[in-house]
Amino acid sequence: MTAHASGDKRFKILEAHIKKFQARQDALIEVLHKAQELFGYLEDDLLLFVAHRLKLPPSRVYGVATFYHFFCLKPQGAHTCVVCLGTACYVKGSAKVLAAAEAAAGIKSGETTPDSQLSLLTARCIGACAIAPAVVYDGQVAAKQTPEMVLAQLEKWREPCKATT
Amino acid sequence: MAAKTLKIDGRQVSAAEDTTVLDAAAEAGIRIPTLCHLEGVYDAGACRLCLVEVAGTAKLLPACTTLVAEGMEVVTQSDRLRRYRRMTLELLLAERNHVCAVCVANGHCELQSLASEHGIDHVRYDYRFPRWGVDATHPRFGLDHNRCILCTRCVRVCWHIEGAGTKNVAGRGAKSFIIDDLNQPWGDSESCTSCGKCVLACPTGALFDRGSTVGEMERDRTKLEFIVNAREKKQWIVSE
Amino acid sequence: MEGTMQGDDLAAIAEKHQGSRRKYCLRTCMSAGCMSSRADAIKKGLDAEVKAQGLEGEVEVRRVGCMGFCGLGPLVGLDGMKEREILFEHVTPEDAPAIIRAVQAKDHGLQVADPDHPFFSKQMRVVRANGGIIDPERIEDYVAANGYRALYHVLTDIRPAEVVEEITRSGLRGRGGAGFPTGLKWGTVAKSPGARKFVVCNGDEGDPGAYMDRSILESDPHLVLEGMAIAAYAVGADQGFLYVRAEYPLAISRLQTAIRQAKQLGLLGGGIFETPFTFNVDIRIGAGAFVCGEETALMASVEGRRGTPRPRPPFPAERGLWGCPTLINNVETFANIVPIINRGAAWYAGIGTERSKGTKVFALTGKVQNNGLIEVPMGITLRQIVEEMGGGAIGGAKVKAVQTGGPSGGCIPAEYLDTSVDYESLTKLGSIMGSGGMVVMDDSTNMVEIARFYMDFCRDESCGKCIPCRAGTVQMFELLEKILSRKATARDIAMLEELCDLVKHTSLCGLGQTAPNPVLSTLRFFRNEYTELLQPEPAGECAASGQ
Repeated sequence: MTAHASGDKRFKILEAHIKKFQARQDALIEVLHKAQELFGYLEDDLLLFVAHRLKLPPSRVYGVATFYHFFCLKPQGAHTCVVCLGTACYVKGSAKVLAAAEAAAGIKSGETTPDSQLSLLTARCIGACAIAPAVVYDGQVAAKQTPEMVLAQLEKWREPCKATT
Repeated sequence: MAAKTLKIDGRQVSAAEDTTVLDAAAEAGIRIPTLCHLEGVYDAGACRLCLVEVAGTAKLLPACTTLVAEGMEVVTQSDRLRRYRRMTLELLLAERNHVCAVCVANGHCELQSLASEHGIDHVRYDYRFPRWGVDATHPRFGLDHNRCILCTRCVRVCWHIEGAGTKNVAGRGAKSFIIDDLNQPWGDSESCTSCGKCVLACPTGALFDRGSTVGEMERDRTKLEFIVNAREKKQWIVSE
Repeated sequence: MEGTMQGDDLAAIAEKHQGSRRKYCLRTCMSAGCMSSRADAIKKGLDAEVKAQGLEGEVEVRRVGCMGFCGLGPLVGLDGMKEREILFEHVTPEDAPAIIRAVQAKDHGLQVADPDHPFFSKQMRVVRANGGIIDPERIEDYVAANGYRALYHVLTDIRPAEVVEEITRSGLRGRGGAGFPTGLKWGTVAKSPGARKFVVCNGDEGDPGAYMDRSILESDPHLVLEGMAIAAYAVGADQGFLYVRAEYPLAISRLQTAIRQAKQLGLLGGGIFETPFTFNVDIRIGAGAFVCGEETALMASVEGRRGTPRPRPPFPAERGLWGCPTLINNVETFANIVPIINRGAAWYAGIGTERSKGTKVFALTGKVQNNGLIEVPMGITLRQIVEEMGGGAIGGAKVKAVQTGGPSGGCIPAEYLDTSVDYESLTKLGSIMGSGGMVVMDDSTNMVEIARFYMDFCRDESCGKCIPCRAGTVQMFELLEKILSRKATARDIAMLEELCDLVKHTSLCGLGQTAPNPVLSTLRFFRNEYTELLQPEPAGECAASGQ
């Protein structure tokens, strides 16, 4: 029996992960973490799959997935730029860094550019306070960022696309 | 079961040990305002209207989840409590779009009657005017998020009395809202049994029978009480 | 050898490990802070250079956790020198040859830290004793540093009730913020009847501007596991949960490694040290919700539900996870257990003040010269921390205020810098000890903006369950916006204060109950910054309702 009608192998991996937790309902958050890691985001079909496998009402799965900010229900851009807005970063000017990124990308934080190249996000604190302001580019923490530095990074990401178009 | 003797608003009251202050007060004819409490369904302690003062405790305690204790002295009405209740109600009125004049529950709304009871003739806070929609996809019922106060009565009856788990809260903070299944149109819900308990439980005009017009949404709460008593307490109380 | 561990085996592991030591040790900080500045490349470079020079028999390049002086990172420490250790600052991967020259006592020309600097000399390292010293990914390193002896001692020599007594006598109070006496909490869980009990470690360090727990978990994960195991023995639990934020991937992976290694050595699992004691730990990864730092919300999250709090009582100690008695302590609290058992309650109670015992780890950040993690005895003054250890504000600016306790705390103005750092003194100033965030603000900081920053945080992080917090934080935020845009009048300030009072006293959980603190404390000490922004009261009544 296939894990999912689509035949997508990732469902099989997810199912194995669910089995590791003996399909325990209290493992819902761990399962959602894995699902997001595999699929990039949590679409309805995936949430329904999780609900079925854990034998939970879909409303519970949706309620949990939308309560925690780490989970996203929409596809993310090819690149992610997470500006930390923790207190240490804030007093050292992270708001300016974010404003510069928003202006350059033409989107607000929490949004993805129409060409799906960039998602701009904010974090409440990534615990890198001594190297504030910190920005996470595609999972890599960068220290002591300035508006110029974030612009340079966004520009760098944009270049390969320009070359292909 | 051991009985506890306590004082509520200066009156001597006796109640079984697992009784809540809210129930003990009601038994003695003292009404404490509530919005999220629903008889027979477990309490959330969320609306904070039933907060009372208990001697020897610095914090205000919710009457709905606080159990009686021997020698307890409870105050359910004070200037401070009235002020807090009034402000809490004002916050609710400003939060979404509670326009009584065009509401199906006008005249039969618990929020409305509590507001008038607390002498609220205007709201001092800025109205937020959020943009919430109405779900009219269910053949029999409707859900108007503009009138919702997130008391979660509907969620709790759906989970614990009906057992369907159709309804839940999604999002968080001021952006929380009531959903059916995967936040899909109520009419498309596979788990909803259309039992209507959520509609009976709703304190405002958020959940309503389709076809009701302004002021028509009256709820027969006794039906809900009957089924809750039957399922929770195994008591079938039919009217004589 | 799973499950057959004995006391002697610990000594054997330690001895064998000591034997593998080299004369010189290059400790490379590989905590999240330094990692962001290519610490992994630095370690690779050092490894390569040692090999190239044929110094493998003399020099060990060790991955270590946080050394504390994160603002000077990446850091590399050199032990085994004749004089004293050398701490290289701002190291780059290209510095590897120069560092190896330093080992050979040659001129290296690198920037080194002064070990006599108050940033180091005023510290008292109890929970951070191993931080930056041992390799957090090797259990042998921890065992060689006397690890798991406290657990062995407790399991073989002391009754559970005596462990509780010892912790009570130490005077340890919860390091998560509220400062509840730890021994009292343990005693309550121990006494609560229940077929099963749980121990939960709260690593949901949500306070923005703080990273003490991240650092402890990344630098010395076994210290926390051993503390949890001792707690489990004391209260009668057999299962533990370690709740860690998803924002801390390195801490999660090191904990996973630590748990795996401890299981392999029989230090977790069934029949530990050949006693009937069984203890397992599972990691639960948070998903971005500050409110989950609140214990009833955290429990809901561990159970896989929306992290909304519920009214207490019943307290988790009586009815916690799945209705069972549950002990919940913060990471730093658990990290204090092993030192207390090893060195005794009397020793611990000798550190600190009358009512605040032991040390506290702070993340000293913001507009201060020396950024980093410090561990100081309770009772030290804020001035000693900010001015002596921190070196004062950056660039000759003046320190204006110190923020402690994050969104639940307050801003303490510079004129109170001589305040002793203890639970009661900070509370008296309208702030709290909190989990250990200490953000320094200089005279360029607008305090109303700071209040708005925190209110924005609370508004966003409110779970939405209770009305005062859900709707009150929104209205308070709007009022602060109105004040900052110079549209507010004195009446708005009165309304703001009235809302602070409501939200503080009627909210369901700690998040709401403390959310007004940053506003209240800035109103108390920097009221003029608010009033300067006000408009005169309009004559008519309706003009005030802006928007």
